[in-house]
Amino acid sequence: MTPWLVLAGLGAFHGLNPAMGWLFAVALGMHRKSGKVVLLSLVPIAVGHALSIAVVVLAVVGVGLVIDQRALEVAAGLALIGWAGWHIAYGHRHRVRVGMQTGMVGLAAWSLVMATAHGAGLMLVPVVMPLCLAATPAREMTAAGSLPVALAAIAVHMAAMLAVTAAIAVSVYFWLDLAFLRRGWINLDMIWTAALMVAGLILII
Amino acid sequence: MANWQPDPSFYPSPRMAAKAPAERLAYVAAFDPDRQKPDAIAVVDVDPGSTTYARIVGQVEMPNAGDELHHFGWNACSSCLCPNAPHPHMERRYLVVPGLRSSRLHIIDTKPDPKNPQIVRIIEPEEIAERAGYSRLHTTHCGPEGIYVNALGNAEGKAPGGMFLLDPESFDVMGQWEMDRGPQELAYDFWWHLGHDTMITSEWGTPDTFEDGLIPEVLLGSKYGRRLHFWDLHKRKHLQEIDFGEEYQLVFELRPAHDPTKAYGFVGCVISLKDLSASIWTWYRDGDKWAVKKVIEIPAEPADPDLLPPVLKGFKAVAPLVTDIDLSMDDHFLYVSCWGTGDMIQYDVSDPFAPKETGRVRIGGIVSRATHPGAKNGALNGGPQMVEISRDGRRVYFTNSLYGAIDPQFYPDGIDGWMVKLDVGENGGIAFDEKFFVDWPKGHRPHQVRLQGGDCSSDSYCYP
Repeated sequence: MTPWLVLAGLGAFHGLNPAMGWLFAVALGMHRKSGKVVLLSLVPIAVGHALSIAVVVLAVVGVGLVIDQRALEVAAGLALIGWAGWHIAYGHRHRVRVGMQTGMVGLAAWSLVMATAHGAGLMLVPVVMPLCLAATPAREMTAAGSLPVALAAIAVHMAAMLAVTAAIAVSVYFWLDLAFLRRGWINLDMIWTAALMVAGLILII
Repeated sequence: MANWQPDPSFYPSPRMAAKAPAERLAYVAAFDPDRQKPDAIAVVDVDPGSTTYARIVGQVEMPNAGDELHHFGWNACSSCLCPNAPHPHMERRYLVVPGLRSSRLHIIDTKPDPKNPQIVRIIEPEEIAERAGYSRLHTTHCGPEGIYVNALGNAEGKAPGGMFLLDPESFDVMGQWEMDRGPQELAYDFWWHLGHDTMITSEWGTPDTFEDGLIPEVLLGSKYGRRLHFWDLHKRKHLQEIDFGEEYQLVFELRPAHDPTKAYGFVGCVISLKDLSASIWTWYRDGDKWAVKKVIEIPAEPADPDLLPPVLKGFKAVAPLVTDIDLSMDDHFLYVSCWGTGDMIQYDVSDPFAPKETGRVRIGGIVSRATHPGAKNGALNGGPQMVEISRDGRRVYFTNSLYGAIDPQFYPDGIDGWMVKLDVGENGGIAFDEKFFVDWPKGHRPHQVRLQGGDCSSDSYCYP
């Protein structure tokens, strides 16, 4: 049960981060003076995030089918640590392509890019890999064994992410004031970078 | 530079920023018009409770002479909280200070001791020319993609002028901003509507037409800037040009509404070739296009030719010369500097198409030479120029010099620098703070004012 809880926890963590979308949904709602816009915006944000996660998780599973498990762990671990390093050095640089006038497609693209740039999918690899391996008696990565597990993992992560994002977006839009951001927006990027680092180390060690 | 919490001077919305505590220090660009001794950023005490109130309490000199410090800005501001590009754990700490004439960029750290800021990095003009293709650096704004700096000339000092980006942490020059500049050639000011993904730029002229002063033939031939350009802020693509027409010359300071949901702003036009009047225009969204409307016209004042500089003698009138404007954080009051006549006018612009005058003071002026209660020796020269408003809208600061080479064209006997402050009434109305008159030290003239923690032309916001 624990790995599934971890997946849900990571989903909640991603959902909590203002940079992953709830803040954008709230801002769009404020601009268009509509609570409905807040709720509707959550859909493309969740879809974009899920796509980003799915691409990474499925790629890892795909590669796992052809290469040795240990090699995969080390490669994914190095990728995670490299991603964390990139974040420390260049995380503040971003080409901004989507603005406040965006439509739903733009919002999904934004969410996909944000999740990918933040290495959201990579962060799940240390949890998803053991689950995939445990799906077959021989503890090997097989398409038949891994695919349903990987898809279930993405679904669990998504559900948790969406639930948390929606809860925060709705509370902020309808009840709270954005003033709390001034002190309450703690540096999740630092925690996030540390999480990438830890996930990488878990895979390698 | 990673903090655990956002910088306390960042506010999600202008509504919240208007409740910010009062500023205690002002940073003021000061330059030597003779280009003999280094320019400086001076630190002025603006805390009424302090024993050194209204005095220069520190300054940092540039390493070279002849930069012509002009406009400057912060490395980071409230736009760091924007939802599409959030990076709120930066510090508002460094002043980005370009030399308009030298094209040199100075990064000045205000944190260790705000009264004794220190230069921490200098980017030489060659590096900017090579990496961004620009020179004659003018205005800077912190924004979604880092620090934006605009330039009035290309690397050779000719058209087109444009914009480039600086990395907000390392201050490395990242390169030219425009991806498709369309018909844009001239540059002056720039700012944006973050809520409408729109960049707006205005026009002055190429360096060869202003570095030795304004050229009458260019002006009378309507060859200085007279257009606004609207751009897609994120695609960096030119979308629309609005030509004010042959009558209007020098379209300068851009003041978009601070509320990001509003799609309008104000721009000042220095002079009309028809009658020397100055004008304020409102740009606004009209269907799927931008449009402009003249909302204020400030007439020239008839004057004795003996009191006028050569450039105005033939007209027998003093032109108002609106060279700067500034909009209060609540988008309620617009302040208009008339550098020629010496007026600072406050307009209620809550209806952006029907401004109402709510206050006026006069100081200096080409003909009037009006004085100030705090001035020791009577007649003042220069006129209201760069104007800055406190975030709460209760205090307004301004200085009296325009540009080294242009100052003597309108004030031939020279400009003695001063900086003054206005107190703003609860519902409008302005009056001089009699205790605030900074008699600027000889050898330097003051230009732009930036207030510690942010002001009404330093920050942009993503939330209403």
